[in-house]
Amino acid sequence: MKSRSLMVFALLAAAACGGKKPAETPPPAPAPAPIDSTAIKAQMRQDSIDAAEARARAAAEAAAQLQVQLSAQLTALIHFDFDKSDIKSEDQANLMRKAAILKANPALSIQIAGNCDNRGSDEYNLALGNRRAAAAQRYLINQGVAAGQISIVSYGEERPVDPANSEAAWAMNRNDQFTPTAGGNNLMAPK
Amino acid sequence: MNRLLITGLLLAAASPLVAQDPAPPIDRGVRVGISYQPGTRPRLVMLPGPGLDSVRAIVGRDLDYSDRFEVLPLEPGGSTVTSAVNYQLYRTLGADYGIEVRADAAGVVVRLHDIGGGTVRQEQPFAIPAESAPEFRMAVHRISDEAVRWVTGTPGVAATRLLVLIDKRAYRVDSDGAAMTAVTPAAETILSPTWSPDGRSVAYTKFLDGTGPIMLQDLATGRSQRVAGTESQLNITPAFSPDGRTLAFARTDQQGGTDIYAVNVVDQCCLRRLTVGRFADNLSPTYAPDGRRIAFVSTRPGTPQIYAMSSDGTDQELLAPYDYGATGASNAPEWSPDGASVAFHRDIDRSPQVFILEVGSRRFKQLTSSGRNSDPTWAPDGRHLAFVSDRSGRQQVWIIDTETGRIRQIGLFGQVRLPHWSRRLGGVAR
Repeated sequence: MKSRSLMVFALLAAAACGGKKPAETPPPAPAPAPIDSTAIKAQMRQDSIDAAEARARAAAEAAAQLQVQLSAQLTALIHFDFDKSDIKSEDQANLMRKAAILKANPALSIQIAGNCDNRGSDEYNLALGNRRAAAAQRYLINQGVAAGQISIVSYGEERPVDPANSEAAWAMNRNDQFTPTAGGNNLMAPK
Repeated sequence: MNRLLITGLLLAAASPLVAQDPAPPIDRGVRVGISYQPGTRPRLVMLPGPGLDSVRAIVGRDLDYSDRFEVLPLEPGGSTVTSAVNYQLYRTLGADYGIEVRADAAGVVVRLHDIGGGTVRQEQPFAIPAESAPEFRMAVHRISDEAVRWVTGTPGVAATRLLVLIDKRAYRVDSDGAAMTAVTPAAETILSPTWSPDGRSVAYTKFLDGTGPIMLQDLATGRSQRVAGTESQLNITPAFSPDGRTLAFARTDQQGGTDIYAVNVVDQCCLRRLTVGRFADNLSPTYAPDGRRIAFVSTRPGTPQIYAMSSDGTDQELLAPYDYGATGASNAPEWSPDGASVAFHRDIDRSPQVFILEVGSRRFKQLTSSGRNSDPTWAPDGRHLAFVSDRSGRQQVWIIDTETGRIRQIGLFGQVRLPHWSRRLGGVAR
């Protein structure tokens, strides 16, 4: 929308320039090589359109880029050790970014889903997943996020990221997932 | 060895009976725990007769699976069938009992022959539906259970079914592994299917986005309803009280805790909270057969262990002893139908193994040791247990006879989880 109105403005400006005819004066002698003023004007007009479009594109890309970045930061997984629900030190920066985004966007709410690898007991893993989700929820609330912005749920071992049976897959599957449930579009960047 | 001998005798006698490999799908290779001595159980033979081959095959297999008999394999439906039982021949084979099945007007007549005494010990007619009828196999299983009662005084457990979870869908399957039938819709993701005591309905957790109600489904109509009090949050591990009136379950809360509740499912009312965890999870309730105690899992010692409480939530105590810091996680308790024991699984070197705790003495018996073995569930006889094991390379349900150690696999497609064994189905007296 924004880029479109910029383009229209550029086109109108270019058209206005093109409509003005220069006054005709007797050519001085000796005449230099004739200047094709029409071509220059057309070129100038085109340059101005291109520049406006580029600016609009860049602005739109930057805005989209920011949304992608904020969304990626908001939904980035955090991971857990086997049978543990403690937040790992390497995930603290990740959670701090989420907290800043949540605070900058009071209309945003998220669901945290705790997940487990398939080695523990199937049913116990539901309780463990819930504790993992609650650990991240508590961390965010401690950073000043409103409690009402966060709900938690557990999927136990029922929704693995990687269904393989390997150390790497298990490590991937012991996680918290963060999903926007409202206000997830057009996020404001934290100040 | 015994079997080879019998085969030899049969061939030598050139009788109309033909020795065979055991055609019923029992894999002799899985008799891992030969803690019984061949010969300590009565030897039983399914007597040949005209027609009714499938009835004889099902009964013979049921009696084998009862683990109360050594069932001598004979080809069903021999070429010459006489009305008189050749006691002398079966005595030669070493048979103690013979089961004779013959057609009569309403269904079949079943006779238990005392081979040694050369007499009929029991005779009873049974009405059975046509072989194509859906209730045919259950009706035949009930014949088997009655035959077990004639000899041992207690009925068998053939007329039962297991609920299992395969790829997020519940199925039921007869105790002999046949007649697998889907119970829940294909589109639903469910967990922890459990029988009502009368076998008419099942309860399970249904996964939705963000919540998980417990559903109560009528098996005859297929209709399901949400259990009152489970509309919000994720509600897991349902278990019926023995009278079927109360459903205990665990609910995960928004603070990260999990606690046990009970609700009246007859009137859909009267939700009560039984545990107050605060810093521990409490889940997987299982009622004692008198309905007065509940065993459950609690993480209050740091790892999940087996606790017990009164059914109103009071008198909580540790049930299965453990060594702090040394004993692995203990999960999935199920109280035995006779009340004497609680089966559960406990991690040994990070692999779950099936244990039985004697409630009176608090002594354990470890039943499994190879592979991962979990989620034990009792047959109504309090003697057989079904559990999940990956010993065959795939996660499958196995049944162990805790008296003899004999085990067999219920071969099903897919990765099978969370079995639950029904009570006796369809009017067999207890």
